[in-house]
Amino acid sequence: MKWEVCPIKDIPHFSIANLNISCIHFRFQLLRKSMIGVITMLRYTLNRFKWAIITLWAVITLTFIIMHTIPGNPFAKEGAMPPAVYENLQVHYGLDKPLLTQYGNYLLEVVQFDFGPSLKSSSISVNDYILKGFPVSLHLGAQALVIAIFFGLILGVVASLKRNKWPDYLSMIIAIVGISVPNFILATILINYFAIKWNIFPVATWATWQHTILPSIALSMMPLAFIARLMRTSMLEVMGQDYILTAKAKGLKRSGVIIKHAIRNALLPIITVLGILTANIVTGSFIIERIFGIPGMGDMFVKGISNRDYPVILGSTIVYSAVLILLIFIVDIAYTLIDPRIKVTGEKK
Amino acid sequence: MKKSKFSVLALLMAIMLMLAACNGGSKETSNEKEGGSGDSSGSKVLNVNNSSEPGSLHPANAQGTHESWILEHTFEGLTKKTEEGKIVPGSAESWEISEDGLTWTFKLKDGLKWSNGDPLTANDFEYAWKYALKPETAADYAYQLYYLKGGEAYNSKKGKEEDVGVKATDEHTLVVTLEQPTPYFLDLTSFYTFYPINKKVQEENPKWALDAKTHVSNGPFKLTEWKHKESLKIEKNENYYDKDKIKLDAVNFALIEDENTAWQMYQSGELDLAYPLPVDIQGQMVNSDDKEFKMGKELAVYYYNFNTEVKPFNNAKVRKALSMAIERQKITENVAQGGQKPAFGVVPPGIPDASGDFQENTGNLFKEDVTEAKKLLKEGLAEEGMKELPEFSILYNTLDSHKKIAEAVQGMWRDNLGVEVTLENAEFQVKLDREKAGDFEISRAGWVGDYVDPMTFMLWETDGAYNDAGWSNKEYDNLLKEAKSTMDPKERMDALHKAEKVMIDEMPILPVYFYTKPYMVKSNVTGVFAPINAYPNFIYADKK
Amino acid sequence: MADKVHLNEDMFQPAEGNFKEAEKIARPTVSYWSDVWRRFKENKLAMTGFILIILLVLMAIFGPYINGYTYYGQDFDKKNLSPNSEHWFGTDSSGRDLFTRAWYGARISLFIGLMAALIDFLIGVLYGGISAIRGGRTDNIMMRFAEVIYAIPYLLMVILMMVVLKPGILPIIIAMSITGWIPMARLVRGQVLQLKENEYIHAATISGANTSWTLRKHMIPNTMGPILVNLTLTVPTAIFAEATLSFLGLGVPAPQASWGTLTSDALGSILVGNFYQLLIPAILISLTMFAFNVAGDGLQDALDPKLRK
Repeated sequence: MKWEVCPIKDIPHFSIANLNISCIHFRFQLLRKSMIGVITMLRYTLNRFKWAIITLWAVITLTFIIMHTIPGNPFAKEGAMPPAVYENLQVHYGLDKPLLTQYGNYLLEVVQFDFGPSLKSSSISVNDYILKGFPVSLHLGAQALVIAIFFGLILGVVASLKRNKWPDYLSMIIAIVGISVPNFILATILINYFAIKWNIFPVATWATWQHTILPSIALSMMPLAFIARLMRTSMLEVMGQDYILTAKAKGLKRSGVIIKHAIRNALLPIITVLGILTANIVTGSFIIERIFGIPGMGDMFVKGISNRDYPVILGSTIVYSAVLILLIFIVDIAYTLIDPRIKVTGEKK
Repeated sequence: MKKSKFSVLALLMAIMLMLAACNGGSKETSNEKEGGSGDSSGSKVLNVNNSSEPGSLHPANAQGTHESWILEHTFEGLTKKTEEGKIVPGSAESWEISEDGLTWTFKLKDGLKWSNGDPLTANDFEYAWKYALKPETAADYAYQLYYLKGGEAYNSKKGKEEDVGVKATDEHTLVVTLEQPTPYFLDLTSFYTFYPINKKVQEENPKWALDAKTHVSNGPFKLTEWKHKESLKIEKNENYYDKDKIKLDAVNFALIEDENTAWQMYQSGELDLAYPLPVDIQGQMVNSDDKEFKMGKELAVYYYNFNTEVKPFNNAKVRKALSMAIERQKITENVAQGGQKPAFGVVPPGIPDASGDFQENTGNLFKEDVTEAKKLLKEGLAEEGMKELPEFSILYNTLDSHKKIAEAVQGMWRDNLGVEVTLENAEFQVKLDREKAGDFEISRAGWVGDYVDPMTFMLWETDGAYNDAGWSNKEYDNLLKEAKSTMDPKERMDALHKAEKVMIDEMPILPVYFYTKPYMVKSNVTGVFAPINAYPNFIYADKK
Repeated sequence: MADKVHLNEDMFQPAEGNFKEAEKIARPTVSYWSDVWRRFKENKLAMTGFILIILLVLMAIFGPYINGYTYYGQDFDKKNLSPNSEHWFGTDSSGRDLFTRAWYGARISLFIGLMAALIDFLIGVLYGGISAIRGGRTDNIMMRFAEVIYAIPYLLMVILMMVVLKPGILPIIIAMSITGWIPMARLVRGQVLQLKENEYIHAATISGANTSWTLRKHMIPNTMGPILVNLTLTVPTAIFAEATLSFLGLGVPAPQASWGTLTSDALGSILVGNFYQLLIPAILISLTMFAFNVAGDGLQDALDPKLRK
């Protein structure tokens, strides 16, 4: 039986005779290590899942308390409602029961994934709202994120490589305009030109893919600008690191150094901000959805609150929290992929 | 060398992608537009904007204009209104009123049908009204039916269903008994809470109104598509008795909340009708001679409440001084910009008096007069033992137009009276809460009449539900009682005129202007009209 | 045989006491900050930004008094005027002088923007830094707590706050800070997690450096880049958030102006073609952003000599 040359580099070996043994030993070690890695990861995931439930519960409870503390009431109208009508509505939606009972009932429903009725719209339940709105917001958000990440990274990388030359300044101007012009203004201007003056895209609503272009652009500008600036800074920092100099000194191609080492390591802060950013964007932007008449989840948050529509507030909060928790978890995992030295899984050094 | 190549390449790629996206977009869109116009050449489809998702398309559960606009085109009550505001027979053919004004007997038209082909009978009306009053239905607008004898008692679980004053004596006859004489009851029968519902359908499927597939109505159109939060579509109802007069085949309702976007869609031709218009556009259109711009009447008044339970606003002289020191014409022309009429009373124009127009007969109940205002303010403050007005504020619910009006009023008080007021905005919900709790000095309010009669603007009865000013006046209360007890138009209207005058003399509120209803319709659309207390109506519209 | 060495854990504890001695640079140095300032001054673009910031602040202080108008005085006969010799920035739809309003707005907006940035920086860096350095269970609990705060609907918290506080500048700043620090904390934590595995940090730890020393001397200077970018984003976000929060009655009361409210007021004017009403706040905000960005870049270069060419 003949052992092949051990494919793993950098194994200390003293002689040919030793090679096989060390290789077997190493492979075994590697296997053990990866097994441990998998188990640690599983245990970590399980632990995080447990914490996700606790976090969700805390969010629901606090939201429940706050929304019943603030002034306002779902059935308030200009002028007092006849007491009988008000009474009937309270009974109909179970709001006449003690708060603790309502809280208990709600938790029971949530465990069964039933988020209850909307107090303002008998034609659509909170579950319908989410099932209808979330995919739309996700679609819009994903498109906006793709634009933001793609152009943001390009602008950032180019700016850092062409530091203090015109591409850097151009990238900065785009970024500054992107964060200085709020998206509701950008949206109105985009509609004015692309839809009304040049007739390239429709004004609003959510029907064909053409309808998705303008809102995606309007929604992407801020994150695009942010990513571009962050990437530039991060790249500059990484490019000054010793290992980049080492790689260059070793004679690696510049493009290789940039792609394999610099970009990869510079991505870390981008990944961090993308966690929260993605959670915010894919659960819907109230302003963009309102301006473009998009049936997403964005208005659930804001209108739910201004109507004091309790089940809608809680339902949208739960969806948002779940997305946020998931993305933050993914970010933490992504850290170890980018830089294996980073330990988030909590194992001791 | 290499590094520059890399970045130039990346930039090029970015630009190409952008261009590709734009080009692709333009081609596809233009194709689609051609296809669209080809489709519609055969059928007449009107595109309008309903502003927001209807909460319910069940007549009993509807509660706002975003529902009523669709209901008004898909249902029909016992009566309906013409362009001139006249009440004409709807589902009813004729009616009789008893001497005392308490018993109304309606005869239904022959051969009426629901959109699903079921016959429509008087039983459906009786059933619908009782359904809306049923406590379990939890209808917001159940109180619109409190005019019926025993209606309030049933709704508040104090009375029985069979005691409610509505009875179908046979398939074509509906006998209604009222709590007290109500001359405007006929007007109410065109209101959506009084629409019929199909008893058979409701009993078989209580959720019929939630889905376009099961939705059944009796009006000129029927609901055929309801994409939640996206759009609705109504089509001509072939079972409608007057279907020959209906020229449109279908109407699409978009659900765009943003007025600016809706306006832009109108500009680009995606909508045929724009209402409401953005304030800036109103201002531009009012002064132009654009043929598409129409000015409808509106049954509403914009005013400020004084909290009469707070010193010194308990003093009528102080209230009058503040009211006389603002320049309403300036506000309507420069701020509200919709051609509104300055209000020197609370009952808006467009309501018939015993003869003529109620508001015209009233005229202006007070004058703007800065000198007089200064004098009154001084006297009023002296009576309250004060030297000058204490710190006070105007509370308004957050909206740009309310803010601008408040800013203008603030400026006028400063310039004309030397009075400083602060402005305070709050969420609508919070504002309502504070008004109920009396936690304000002056608050913005608006009132849209429920029916076309001055009575709907008599809100300041002692402890009345809408009396946020907390004002109380025996004479006013008695005049209202007098008006409510008689069916004689002359006597009634006299009492109401007097009541309005008594109220304005004490000025518990500061009237600002009477609303208007400016809207725009594309020139190829005809037959759209705006009833005074409803959104623009296109039942008889046509599109070329 | 007798001098066989017994290895035990005590021998591998970090050195005690004089770790500062260990890291001390022997050569007499120019003070760090004067060195920073010297490098900063050499950067022309950064200096432009710096001067621009000073100009903006000066205009915010004196601008509202320059041309004799007030921020509230309305003149309906002169509404919607384009910029001219009398009204340098034109007038708004109520006939108010936009030059005065714009600089009055600068006070509020610059103050809110800078305060929000400062608070985000202080809380975010401390929270994120501690969370990452401690790691393990502390990190987990701190991050889960931040998640809970971030997931509760923001508007609800602000409405709740409004029950207790009267409208004004302070409540706005508080409202900005309720959740504003969290993205910053996450960013700092991510950076520190990566840094803390670097050799020089290990070296410092071995030398006995404590948490706050490592944080101050090694971590923060080396994460300054992303922190500064995040801070420059905080400024415009806070400026617009102020306008959004005015929906709840939290913003500055009308007729006072801020750049945020000037921008949202101008929205309607785009439809009728009065673009200048939008351009004025947009240009001022962009100028501010430009100034902060280039000054920030310059500061970063000056702080981190490694980046120098």
